[in-house]
Amino acid sequence: MSTVPVDQRSSLGSIITQNREEILAEWLREMSGATRRSDLIKESDLRSQCTQFLSLMQSAIESGGTNFQSNAWDGVRNLLGEISKSRAQQGFTPTETAMFVLSFKRPIFRQIRQIHKSDVDNIVSETWTATELIDAMGVYTMEIYQKSREEVIRRQQEELLELSTPVVKLWDGILALPIIGTLDSARTQVVMESLLQAIVQTNSRVAIIDITGVPTVDTIVAQHLLKTVTAARLMGAECIISGVRPQIAQTIVHLGINLLDVTTKATLSAAFQVALDKAGLVLTRQTKS
Amino acid sequence: MEKIPILKMGQFLLVTIQVDMHDRLAMALQDDLTRMISDTEAHGVLIDISSLEIVDSFIGRMLANIAAMSRVLDAQTVVVGMQPAVAITLVELGLSLPGVRTALNVDAGMELLRSSNGFRG
Repeated sequence: MSTVPVDQRSSLGSIITQNREEILAEWLREMSGATRRSDLIKESDLRSQCTQFLSLMQSAIESGGTNFQSNAWDGVRNLLGEISKSRAQQGFTPTETAMFVLSFKRPIFRQIRQIHKSDVDNIVSETWTATELIDAMGVYTMEIYQKSREEVIRRQQEELLELSTPVVKLWDGILALPIIGTLDSARTQVVMESLLQAIVQTNSRVAIIDITGVPTVDTIVAQHLLKTVTAARLMGAECIISGVRPQIAQTIVHLGINLLDVTTKATLSAAFQVALDKAGLVLTRQTKS
Repeated sequence: MEKIPILKMGQFLLVTIQVDMHDRLAMALQDDLTRMISDTEAHGVLIDISSLEIVDSFIGRMLANIAAMSRVLDAQTVVVGMQPAVAITLVELGLSLPGVRTALNVDAGMELLRSSNGFRG
């Protein structure tokens, strides 16, 4: 693309300069077809985006030719990146986002045909240059669109990770940590950190780790649990594991995992009873007179 | 050379580590503490590491050693105030300090020492 002759290079730029209003009108008409989302973007916003795009593109062609990768196109790339990022967040479909660039083809091709009239060679080569350029812009737009969607997913994953590990204070000096979902290394780290932090903050001596919501316990999960229990013990707090379901108890024994040093209980209430005992507290029923 | 002070409080010895431990300092503490235990016939040692933010495997092993040595000299050891990051590091290093008793803070540690001492008679 860097070997485009000088006369062709200037022709695409001058086409845009001379017929700017016409191209803009036709482009907007193109977009107002099937892919226009008047519910998501205002007509005036779209128009200003297109105008900005045209002027940036014009100056890019004048200073750097039609190589989309060159530095002269930085401005256009930034604008396209911004547009496609905002569309990904606003909820445009990939097609609708790509059509912003792709619908630019028809107006440009029409202008090329008008200017070169019957000069077939020139029409073909100019059309090819324009197609290549617009395709490159289209692909770039989609790339950014994809990236921003992935970013949204990643952020949601992080939020999920934090949401899924709440530390609950059951009583003065007694904490509970209900774990929902599979425990992997990354989650164990978050669980461990938030539990230990809560132990320091609330000055708790007993922490109950409830694994009712953990679907399966394998050697790795058990190891992670043991690590958490050991770390809490090092800080001076005792851990009780509760919510061990019958199948999980069987699995643990079959796998030969040693949980002898850890207090385990079938239910959270049984663990809470133990915790109260350790804290020297007794619950009594109030007798109604 | 800097030195970690060892305070005598009744029957117990109180060690507060407030500087970054390096290996020489740890060895010196080990020497001083064992000498102090035999000199004062203390029944309990309380090591406060709440200001300690960095540990390595050597410091971890040293804590376990101090506990074991004190036990030989007939004194209970309680390590108090370990930071979460330190606890995680020790666990990841595979040092679970099985012989060391722990407590959340100095208060709880003192209570633990007193109760175990009373139990011993």
